[in-house]
Amino acid sequence: MLEVQSITFPEGMTLQCGEKLAPLEVAYQTYGTLSSRRDNAIIICHAFTGDQYVASPHPITGKPGWWSRMVGPGLPIDTDRFFVICTNVLGGCMGTTGPTTVRAETGKPWGKDFPPITMHDIVAAQVKLVDHFGIDRLFAVIGGSMGGMQTLTWATDYSERVFAAMPIATSPFQSAQNIAFNEVSRQAIYADPDWHGGDYQAHGVIPARGLAVARMVGHITYLSEEALTRKFGREIRPGTMPGPNDPLAALPFGGMFQVESYLRYQGSNFTRRFDAHSYLSISRAMDFFDLGSEHGGSLAAAFHGVATRFCVVSFSSDWLFPTSRSRTLVRAINQAGGHVSFVEIESGRGHDAFLLEEPDFDRTIRGFLNGSARHAGLPEGENS
Amino acid sequence: MRFDQELIAGMVAPHSRVLDIGCGDGSLIGYLSQEKGCDAQGIELDMKAVTQSVAHGLPVMHGDADTVLADYPDDTFDYVVLQRTLQAVEYPRDVLRHMLRIGRSALVSFPNFGHWRLRWHLLRTGRMPMTSVWPTPWYETANIHPCTIYDFFALCEEDGYEVCKWMVVNGNRQSRLAGQSPHLANLFGEQGLFLLRRKMRAGQ
Repeated sequence: MLEVQSITFPEGMTLQCGEKLAPLEVAYQTYGTLSSRRDNAIIICHAFTGDQYVASPHPITGKPGWWSRMVGPGLPIDTDRFFVICTNVLGGCMGTTGPTTVRAETGKPWGKDFPPITMHDIVAAQVKLVDHFGIDRLFAVIGGSMGGMQTLTWATDYSERVFAAMPIATSPFQSAQNIAFNEVSRQAIYADPDWHGGDYQAHGVIPARGLAVARMVGHITYLSEEALTRKFGREIRPGTMPGPNDPLAALPFGGMFQVESYLRYQGSNFTRRFDAHSYLSISRAMDFFDLGSEHGGSLAAAFHGVATRFCVVSFSSDWLFPTSRSRTLVRAINQAGGHVSFVEIESGRGHDAFLLEEPDFDRTIRGFLNGSARHAGLPEGENS
Repeated sequence: MRFDQELIAGMVAPHSRVLDIGCGDGSLIGYLSQEKGCDAQGIELDMKAVTQSVAHGLPVMHGDADTVLADYPDDTFDYVVLQRTLQAVEYPRDVLRHMLRIGRSALVSFPNFGHWRLRWHLLRTGRMPMTSVWPTPWYETANIHPCTIYDFFALCEEDGYEVCKWMVVNGNRQSRLAGQSPHLANLFGEQGLFLLRRKMRAGQ
């Protein structure tokens, strides 16, 4: 069992909605060593249902860290060279203050009363941890999907504290289609009889079926038609097809497709490690993310005066955060006279590609970090 | 680095901000940032080349010269470079206009369609010329807007660009002979290389 790293800020923080959250707890993992000049820190921002276990086994599922193929000694995000921090997001359920946190006032978890949070709040909580480490300027902020939204928030809210930023498979605003998918997921949770109007904790249950369906919807959007076809095709799971004398044969539904079985497995597995209120809370923070509208409708205005070096990455088959969104982002940075690299990685695996083995992507991360490190005047690494 | 790139690099002042359009494998921007302390970035259409450049730590973005230049604000760069690409873009005149809007100076190289060998080839055979500089047949060439050195001088005049410096590149050397006059250059120059600046308008 891993020791949970966490720090409590008794003074807490004031959320964008005006509510005060005190005390504030931030759970995190670090890898590598902070240099004496404190100039080699990288924050990795996790995606919607991710966590701080970026390169160490998950304490509940026991699975390897979600980016353990990317973060580690000698890997593209080289922990021999960089000090990597990953926090559990505000509103999450892996140790950072969120709906599952027990309130001192009531002795009960926040549950449905947890105040609404935004991407700015999520990043502001990370800033407190960075301050705690005495880091003035992060060498880099890296994140995919919702992690990319946090990366963009870091680079625009705290641009002078971010030397380089890699927003990956993300968008400067949540699209109508993505809000729609999130809404289907939310409705699935609300429709679960165990939801109890949001008071499921008081009833000693969790809306597991609803949460599982929410996850199933999510999983479809993370993949691509090509990936689903390649992985499962139209295959039926062995032993699930009713035989000729089987009374089930009279039913209109035959056996279970492999793809159905996969989604059910992903769905039920997810409910072991994720809280429904956290899911709702974070999904809402994503839905309200829109950098341009916060800057008078001009996305370029968000990047005015931002000296951060950006590397924007998209994946060709990602339809949740398609390349066109990355192009919109790149255009805005150019319009602001900023500094940006942009690569679309050829991949058939959809949005999830950023978590999978994609050699071009690995090379891109390594190259961008090495190039930026040279500009930042960091000492050369052994693997650079 | 190619010889014409060395010439280009020689015309760029140290520590300046440079955009290289059609930067290919990124060798020019790599050289400019490492040897001349420039803040150099590139745009390239070929995604493979982009990925390779970024993987080598160079700031390069995927994009098309015909469309992305419009995004940059005025005077973003000290130099905007366009190597052997002008003849291949869809709107050469607009590309040039944007280059001199977003950059204080433009460095442009292009193959000269007025070279005597091309003229002779066309005259003798009556067919589209093919040489080492123009190696692809007409039906698959990317060079959809060939021009001569005369043509280029004329366009600069028409659109109000000052030719600060120009030279002729033949093979792997600079031809000082052909560079003596536009007439000689137009006939004996394989490639033209120009350093342009916006002409100051009255009151500016």
